[in-house]
Amino acid sequence: MSIFSTIAQYFSYPYVVNAMVVGVLISLCSSLLGVTLVLKRFSFIGDGLSHVAFGAMAVAAVTGLTDNMYIVLPVTVICAVLLLSGGQDSVIKGDAAVAMISVGALAIGYLIMNVFSRNLRSSNLSADVCSTLFGSTSILTLSNTEVWLCVILSVVVVAAFIFFYNKIFSVTFDESFAKATGTKTGLYNLLIAIIIAVIIVLAMNLVGSLLISALVIFPALSSMRVFKSFKSVTICSAALSVGCSALGLLISILLGTPVGSTIVAVDIVVFALFSLLGLILRGVKK
Amino acid sequence: MSQLVCKSLCPGYDGKEILHSVDFSVDAGDYLCIVGENGSGKSTLMKTILGLQPAISGEILYGDGLQRNKIGYLPQQTVVQKDFPATVKEIVVSGFCGQNGFKPFYSIKQRITAQNNIEKMGISHLTKRCYRELSGGQQQRVLLARALCATEKMLLLDEPTAGLDPIVTAEMYSIIKSLNDSGITVIMITHDISAALKYANKILHIGQKLFFGSPKDYREFQSGLSLNGGCEK
Ligand SMILES: Nc1ncnc2c1ncn2[C@@H]1O[C@H](COP(=O)(O)OP(=O)(O)OP(=O)(O)O)[C@@H](O)[C@H]1O
Ligand SMILES: [Mg+2]
Repeated sequence: MSIFSTIAQYFSYPYVVNAMVVGVLISLCSSLLGVTLVLKRFSFIGDGLSHVAFGAMAVAAVTGLTDNMYIVLPVTVICAVLLLSGGQDSVIKGDAAVAMISVGALAIGYLIMNVFSRNLRSSNLSADVCSTLFGSTSILTLSNTEVWLCVILSVVVVAAFIFFYNKIFSVTFDESFAKATGTKTGLYNLLIAIIIAVIIVLAMNLVGSLLISALVIFPALSSMRVFKSFKSVTICSAALSVGCSALGLLISILLGTPVGSTIVAVDIVVFALFSLLGLILRGVKK
Repeated sequence: MSQLVCKSLCPGYDGKEILHSVDFSVDAGDYLCIVGENGSGKSTLMKTILGLQPAISGEILYGDGLQRNKIGYLPQQTVVQKDFPATVKEIVVSGFCGQNGFKPFYSIKQRITAQNNIEKMGISHLTKRCYRELSGGQQQRVLLARALCATEKMLLLDEPTAGLDPIVTAEMYSIIKSLNDSGITVIMITHDISAALKYANKILHIGQKLFFGSPKDYREFQSGLSLNGGCEK
């Protein structure tokens, strides 16, 4: 009983409610495109883009921009578009391109921070870096504007995903057939890229840039263990992702553990459970 | 009026011609087989017709009510990842995607047509199965059913029987023949000359020497080829 009353007490604080809302929305969005990303061999795009966002943040910090969202979002979107919209016939393929951009942005970002921080009020830059990489408690200190921004962007992402669900399926499954029969594959690749970039910038607040890939791929991989159709995999991974994030957030609030790593830990446990379930189901069929 | 006419078409990659000046025309109800050695440019020609690959020069004209995005296509290899979770039904109905433009969902009529196409291919028992768990022959039929959803008029098939055993190959040919008999124009790439001679009413041979004509004339062309085969190389 006592644990419930503790939880109830926490939920009377608006910042906990905010964190919960934002956490659930972000994990819902990121899981939707997880399936597509895993299948397009872009599992690591989360990492790549978040490093880009990190680099952009470094630039923002150095130039003294207070609200770095204005730099981070456009830069990340541009990189996502460069990576993804090439589709099948891009020059440098999937993983190599992602690795290139990711490492490059990380190095440049750190370099810029290091060089310029000497002239700056070199306050707690390393703490800042650490929280960008691993996510921070900043999810517990969200301002109302941030919460609203997140809500609006999430609604747009979910709506776009539902509206273009069938197109996304065709383009992911067989791009050249889709193109041959008149689907505007270039346009949809661009759309997918933009949605992903927005999601990643949003999710950096929650789990930090090092752990974003986990949020994107674990729910998709878990549900692919058990389900066979694209639709059921998508629905299941959305549900899983929301559930895991809510649980992870709750645990981290109760036990005071880091938010990002706790959520990912829950995702890993669920993945293990679903792998087992998949094995059992397959065994039953035989 | 012809459905598809290629006038001195030169397909190629990055400004380099693979084939020089291909001329042929296809009328409604035709069965055209494209034959030629490995690497001679058959798939490239097909991709050019579909608009997947820009032509270096020449013209492709569509007529008789045929639109470019209303051609069904069966690729030579579908690079589908091993772990793609998709049921047969989902894949077949996705053949309608291109026609729908910005319409987000498939209509009931399209879903029913998809189901009918699945039945035509004789795979209705697989409707709910996962694509990645099917055999090569079954997968090929799924993709043919999808191609059928994309068109009412013309099918482009790139080696539809590659990797199939003789019995399934024969079944595949008879399915394609019955589609052709129901009024769908078929353009098929194949290495199986005897099947080409048996089913097609037009043959396009691609290589050093181009040939386009009836199967009867193609036999003469072939014997001409083997007579001065030494000259060709
Ligand atoms: N993406 C590409 N870029 C450049 N050249 C290519 C490309 N794809 C194929 N080629 C070249 O074009 C030529 C024709 O290839 P194509 O795939 O059309 O042959 P094909 O007749 O279909 O052969 P097969 O019977 O083996 O399927 C080959 O010499 C090949 O090397
Ligand atoms: Mg080929």
